[in-house]
Parts: sequence; structure tokens; C-alpha cells
Amino acid sequence: MASFLLRNILKFLLLLLATSVLVFVLVSISPLDPVQMNVDQAAYLTMSPEKKAQLAEYWGTNTPLWERYAHWFGDFLRGDLGTSLRFNAPVADVIALRFFNSLALMIVAWILSGVLGFALGIGAAVKRGGFVDRIIKGYCLILAATPAFWLGLVLLIIFSVTLGWFPVGFSVPIGVSSADLTPFDSLRHLILPAATLSVVGVANIALHTREKALDTRESEFFQFAEARGLSTWQAMRQHGLRNLLLPALTLQFAQVAELFGGSVLVEQVFSYPGLGSAAVTAGLGGDAALLAAIALISAALVFLGNLIANILYGVIDPRLRRGRHARAKKDRAGAEDAPS
Amino acid sequence: MLLRRPDSPSALNGLALPVLHRPRRERASNRSHTLLVFGLAALLLTTLVISGRAVNELAMLTDFTQKNLGPGLEHWFGTDWMGRDMFLRTLAGLSLSVLVGLLAASASAGIALLLGTVAALGGRKLDTAITWLIDLMLGIPHIVLLVLISFALGKGFWGVTIGVAVTHWPTLARVIRAEILQVKQAPYVEVARKLGASRLALAAKHMLPFVFPQFLVGLVLLFPHAILHEAALTFLGFGLAPEQPAIGIILSESMSYLSAGYWWLAVFPGVALVATVLLFDLAGSSLRRLIDPHTAQE
Repeated sequence: MASFLLRNILKFLLLLLATSVLVFVLVSISPLDPVQMNVDQAAYLTMSPEKKAQLAEYWGTNTPLWERYAHWFGDFLRGDLGTSLRFNAPVADVIALRFFNSLALMIVAWILSGVLGFALGIGAAVKRGGFVDRIIKGYCLILAATPAFWLGLVLLIIFSVTLGWFPVGFSVPIGVSSADLTPFDSLRHLILPAATLSVVGVANIALHTREKALDTRESEFFQFAEARGLSTWQAMRQHGLRNLLLPALTLQFAQVAELFGGSVLVEQVFSYPGLGSAAVTAGLGGDAALLAAIALISAALVFLGNLIANILYGVIDPRLRRGRHARAKKDRAGAEDAPS
Repeated sequence: MLLRRPDSPSALNGLALPVLHRPRRERASNRSHTLLVFGLAALLLTTLVISGRAVNELAMLTDFTQKNLGPGLEHWFGTDWMGRDMFLRTLAGLSLSVLVGLLAASASAGIALLLGTVAALGGRKLDTAITWLIDLMLGIPHIVLLVLISFALGKGFWGVTIGVAVTHWPTLARVIRAEILQVKQAPYVEVARKLGASRLALAAKHMLPFVFPQFLVGLVLLFPHAILHEAALTFLGFGLAPEQPAIGIILSESMSYLSAGYWWLAVFPGVALVATVLLFDLAGSSLRRLIDPHTAQE
């Protein structure tokens, strides 16, 4: 247990280190001039050379990469995430509220898509080969080919523009300060983005659960239950569900990366002030500190999701736990000659 | 099937025997059926790309007497605020997206093949390094990585193509690595080794042909991902330039006209994109059914 913890903490730190280095290297090798990108085109052309030099100083274009990184890293170790040059504010301030906005969005979508996908998968498997099964399968295959941002646009057209049920964007109504915000308002602004994200997330989990449930239907304990006179639904409820719940949960945890990716796009469509839209703004402006912070948060979320998924794999199937041990030992014995 | 059909042999013979069982219908075998599906999908996609390239100039033609028209007989997908025909723009945009997708996915599959092989055959240190790299790439959401890489390369065509190429290889590389590790122990490889074949010859002659089917299927199944990510990246403003008729550009421009009620600007191009991706999916999965030894005989 202790070695498991230690190994994962080490892996986590290494991941964060690699991610931050990657962000800084990529941002600084870019041929795009941050000054030019953050200043209006007309203003840039009429700008005096001194002003340009001053802005270049501000964006650190003349500071070498390693120096900027060392500076950032030192601050990071002291718990300071640096200053967002684009927003002209400490990164921690820019991110704090957005983080919770994004988290709310992702958690709602995570739960909704999980529950819905699981139910659809089970339904399809119980009605195997029938009309319902085909509809669900077709629906999932189409969804898997649908880009999240386009679905968001379509929902926006239907529910906001045509029906007028939901606001067109932003997490706060226009003309209302965020202090007078009622929970109802935030909820109203959350519904469409969360719905988009959930609908897209359903496909994978539903197809996976369907496959697993079909396997379960073939198993002897299930057929015995049916032979005892239970209907397929009853047998599924009493004997199938607990076998299927954990794999579905595991898959859902392993999908955090896609969820985050989807939220970036969906936030952009709905102008939802979360991490994703901040990442796009930071990316368009070459704001290294802000990008680094967001990349680190996303990497940490994905790592956490994968870690939980890995632990759950072991919980579901103890053989896997032992298997992983045995494999690790074999690997240590030497990859060249060990039979795999 | 208890119905008697007039053309059935029993009816012709004048016998009143009910037909209890007959083959459901005469049809081609499953295999040629799948082959047909694959061929059709491939043909459709090729047509799409060629016609899209052909109308590229027409797609940029503006006609201000015809602006903001809804879909109709003359303009199937309507026109935008500059009077450009949305059907032609969609066609041109899709072909561009498909080309970027093809290029990026092929490059990505190439990286996957190389790194997967090297990881499996290059010894323990290389294996650890490459496995770690795979984990790292999978540990950061694709979109975040894509934004970073595309930014680093100055956006544009090469930014998005290289971005997609260097982010999509890890899963396939993992598959290829596992396949090669497996075939490494196969008797025929052992025999070849004992006969004194060099490592390079072993890899080229005995292992690559074994992983090739997996590689091909993986490559085709990469296309839809690559196309979707290209569109997404362009939509966010990190991809192709605004003057190009890319699908991502069309959709992101349409956002400014949504509240004006010009729904066709977003709906039709998106449907066309989904249809294209589905076609690639179809081509990939039928190819898998044809090539995969587990299902090839069905």
C-alpha cells in the first residue's frame, strides 16, 4: 500500500513537472508575437517603438525561456501560480471562480451522462436485437461522430433562439452583478452546456455497458435465474446490475480527459466562464502562466480519474491486482527474455 | 414463412405443399457485403474530396444580391451574409478537413508504428521511456495539447496538422507495442532468430507483416478522430485561417448569426460533418471485419 501511494505520488509529480515544462517550451518557441496578438491591429501599427519595447518587456519576449521557467517554477513551489499577463491579474484569482464553474459543469455532465448511458446500455441489452436496441445503438454511433461544439450550437438554436427558454450565453444574466445572482440564475445558465456535454458523453458508456450486459446475459448464473422463472428485467435487476455498475463507473472515471476536452469546446460555444474558455483566451494571447496553470489542473484531474479507475479495476477483479503484480515482477526480471 | 409465393417451385409444380422453410433471401455472402460497404464508403469520400477541391474557387464567390437566404432549391444549404453558397462552402470545407485529417492521421499512425516497434524491440530503457511518453500524452486532455502545439507552430494549416499528428498516436502505439511483444515469442520468430536473422530483418520480415492489419485498421479508425479534432481546433481559432472555407471556420462564424435566426449556417454544415465522420467510421469498422482474423471468416 505504501509503495503504491509513493509510486503514484512520484508519477503525479513527474507528470506535473513534464506538463509545465511542455507548456513553457511550446509557448516560447511559437513564432507568434504576443505583443502583436494582444494589441489591436490598428493600435499596433501606430504604436511608438518605445511603447512596443515596453510591451515586449511586459510579455517577456526578450527573457530567455529557462529564466522565465525558473522564475515561474520558483514561485510555483512557494504556492504562487504567477501573473496572468492577458488578464493582468494573479493567475490564482483568474482561475478560482472559473475552476468551480467548470467543475460544476463537469460534475453535472459526468453524473448525467453516466446514469443515462448506463440505463440506455442496460435497456439495449435487455431488448437485444429488437427495435429499442437498434435505436439506442444507432443513436450512440451517431453521437460518437458528433462534435460537442456543433451539438451545443444546435441546442442553442433550438432552446435559446427559437424557444427562448434559456439565455444565449454567459453564466450571469446581463445587467445583474454576480453578487445578486440567485442560485436559480446560475442553474438556468448551466443547463444547456451541461446537457450538451452529457448527451455527447452518453455514447461510450452506453455501448460499453451494452456489451458487458450482453456478456452477463450469456453467463450461467444469469441463465439459471431466468430458468427459475425471472423475467429478463428482473434477472437483470437482481443479478446483472451489481456486476455491471462497477465497470461502468470505472470507464466513467477513465474518461475524464474527454470530459475536460468537451468542456473546453462547450464553454466556448456558450461563453460559459470556465477553465476551458480561459484556456482558449490564454492560448490565443500566448499567456504562458495561465496556460500552465490550466494544463496542470487538467492533467491533475485526468490523473485523479485514471487513478480511481485503476483502483476500481482492482476492486472489481482481484485477479487483475495479482496479475499486475506478477507482470511488474516479470518486467523487472528483464523485458528481453521473459515470456509475456 | 408459411406464405406460398407464385414463383416458388412448389407452386410451379402445381403441388399444394406449404413451404415450411426457405433461405431468408438470396444474398451475397457477409464478406462481400462488407467489402461492398467499404468500397462504397471509400468511393463517396473520394468523390467528396475531389468535388470539394474542384468547387474551392466557387465556394469563395460572393454575391451580395443573394445574401442571408434560407435553404431552397437554388441554394440547398442557404447563403451567408456575403452571399456565398453554403452548400459549396460546406463541400469545400469538408474536403479540406478530410485532407487535413488524412494527412494528420497517417503521420500519427506512422509515429505510432515507429514508437510502438521501438518500445517493443529496443530494450528495457527505451520501452520505459516510450511507455512513459504514452502515459504523459494520454494524461493531458487532447484539446489542451492541441491548443498548445498549434500555438507553438504558429497556427494555420501546419499547426493543426502537426498538432493532430503528434497527439493521436499513443493509443495505436500501445496496441502495436503489445502485438509485437506477443509475436516476439512466436515460434516462427524464434526459429528465424536461431537461424541467425538480424534484428532489423526480424522486425521487417516477420513482425511488421503480423501487425500490419492492426495498423491499417487503427489508421482508418484514426481518421474520424483527426477530422473532428481539426474541426474543433479550427472552431476555437487555433486552426486553419479564417479565409479558408474550413468547417470549423464556418461553424464559428455562424455563431455570430445565431441570434439573428440564421440557423442554416450552423445546422447543415454540421450534419455534413457528422455524415462524413460516420462514413469514415463505417469504412474503418468494415475494414476491421474484413481483416481481423477473428471475424474474417464470418
